[in-house]
Amino acid sequence: MSTQTKSVISWVVTFIVMLIITTPGLWVILSGFRPLQEILAKPAIWIPQRLTLENFYAIFGIGETQIAIPVLAYFRNSIIIASTSTAIAIIVGISGGYAFARYRFKFKDTLFLGLMLSRTVPGIALSLPVFIVWARLGWIDTQFGLILVYVALNVPFTIWLIDGFFRQIPKELAEAAEVDGCTRWQAFWKIEFPLAKSGIASAGIFAFLTSWNEFALASNLTRSTNSKTLPVGLTDFIAQFTTDWQACARWRSSSLCQH
Amino acid sequence: MSVLTNIKRKMFSEQATPYVLLLPAVIMILIVVLFPLIFSLYTSFTGYKLTRPDTLFKLVGFRNYIRIFGDWDFWAAFFRTVGFLAVVINLEFLLGLGIALLINKITWGQRTMRTIMMFPMMFSPILVGFQFKFIFNDNVGILNNALQGLGITQEAIPWLVDGWLAMGAIAFAEIWMSTSIFAILLLAGLFAMPKDPLEAAQVDGCNAWQTFRHITLPFLMPFAYIAMTIRSLDVARAYDVVDTMTGGGPAGRTELLWTLIARTGYDSANMGMANAMAYVSIILSIAFTYYFFSKLVAARRYMGGAL
Repeated sequence: MSTQTKSVISWVVTFIVMLIITTPGLWVILSGFRPLQEILAKPAIWIPQRLTLENFYAIFGIGETQIAIPVLAYFRNSIIIASTSTAIAIIVGISGGYAFARYRFKFKDTLFLGLMLSRTVPGIALSLPVFIVWARLGWIDTQFGLILVYVALNVPFTIWLIDGFFRQIPKELAEAAEVDGCTRWQAFWKIEFPLAKSGIASAGIFAFLTSWNEFALASNLTRSTNSKTLPVGLTDFIAQFTTDWQACARWRSSSLCQH
Repeated sequence: MSVLTNIKRKMFSEQATPYVLLLPAVIMILIVVLFPLIFSLYTSFTGYKLTRPDTLFKLVGFRNYIRIFGDWDFWAAFFRTVGFLAVVINLEFLLGLGIALLINKITWGQRTMRTIMMFPMMFSPILVGFQFKFIFNDNVGILNNALQGLGITQEAIPWLVDGWLAMGAIAFAEIWMSTSIFAILLLAGLFAMPKDPLEAAQVDGCNAWQTFRHITLPFLMPFAYIAMTIRSLDVARAYDVVDTMTGGGPAGRTELLWTLIARTGYDSANMGMANAMAYVSIILSIAFTYYFFSKLVAARRYMGGAL
């Protein structure tokens, strides 16, 4: 087989693989821009005849067609819960990650292992006792209850990532600053933190996405517009319209643009 | 004397610093994970039902465990979960390896390919579930429409209704969602690979397959096990996908351990039993993670600590 046929074959295979990866997602996003009768048409209409923004107007309550699902409230909850829990998880993660990267202390490995093990607990398994305890404390269906859970969910991961970024910064930098008269805190804040900033930001993105996408816990710890997040709100469509496909499609596009 | 106490105080504070820094994290984990899990262990020995709060203090010994271990539905869900994970993670590894090798070969437009490859990672599990519920729908789904349009079949194939087909559809969704994790890490491994051993193998007369089998693959295995360890940490995400696609139905034919826990705990309000099942699922998760992590350590040792 000549090199040319080989490269042609690898191109064709790559093309097919990329098609499989992208088609499902793009098809559903496209459906968000199409009117309902076109989506449900039999036989199927493959090439969109009419593209429209009506669906998006509808979920935000702008157009004539109204939906009885408070998308905006869910959206607001998602933003508040995801960003607050990310901010706290990052602060806790910086302090914990710095401890693991810069200090030697007793039970270091045990503590690290314990933190990581807490991450292996499946969300749905954790939701049972959390549900019972939160119910007693009156934290069910509050943003606070969900934020607390998400912080704990994200902390092991942020600590692990931020630990890695601090390790990459040479110790000598902070030591030199201390010799020059900085306190430990100043050395951290003026030298090490700015260097680890981009790494900390990437840990923040991870934490935000985890909170934004979480479903197993949120679906059981929330009840109403007080604290329901977008992923949980999405299931409203099944209950209310016995799967309104078009609504699901447009909903997912709006939820997707946040990424 | 005062100098000595000063030094002592400094030493003490220096020693205490890491614990103080870790305190918030530990408190968080205690409140949200450890304390509830201990409570959950206690609950699994009671006949607690959500509808009758007083049953929380009614200890029943090992009755919940005896009952779930004697329950055929539980074992069906358990083995379905284990089988599902085995199939899905292995396929993800193979496909991810294939994609990584392909992209590694391509010289033109590689950056774009890498971006496209990560496309599924932007989707939350719940969106993936909806997306494939839409695609596999027997009536309006794009898949049946395509099959009928191409004249392959006339009837609507009940993708999400037939037990085996539904399991296949769920596995497809799961693989679509998570293969990129393997592809990214394996590609990173391929980029980090030294070229000398490959050239040496060629000089020694190895063919392409032998080079791959004895040099590339052993080098990539640690990366594969890192991906598997990460995956085994979030396998329970499959709950979101299954819950949206089939809800464990029809008639429990796609029931995984996690959907069974949710059904027993919230729908049947039988918290004691659900907590007993939850403990089995936690042990299963830890076992999977531990297995892959020990494989990772072994693979690293095999590479002579090069990684």
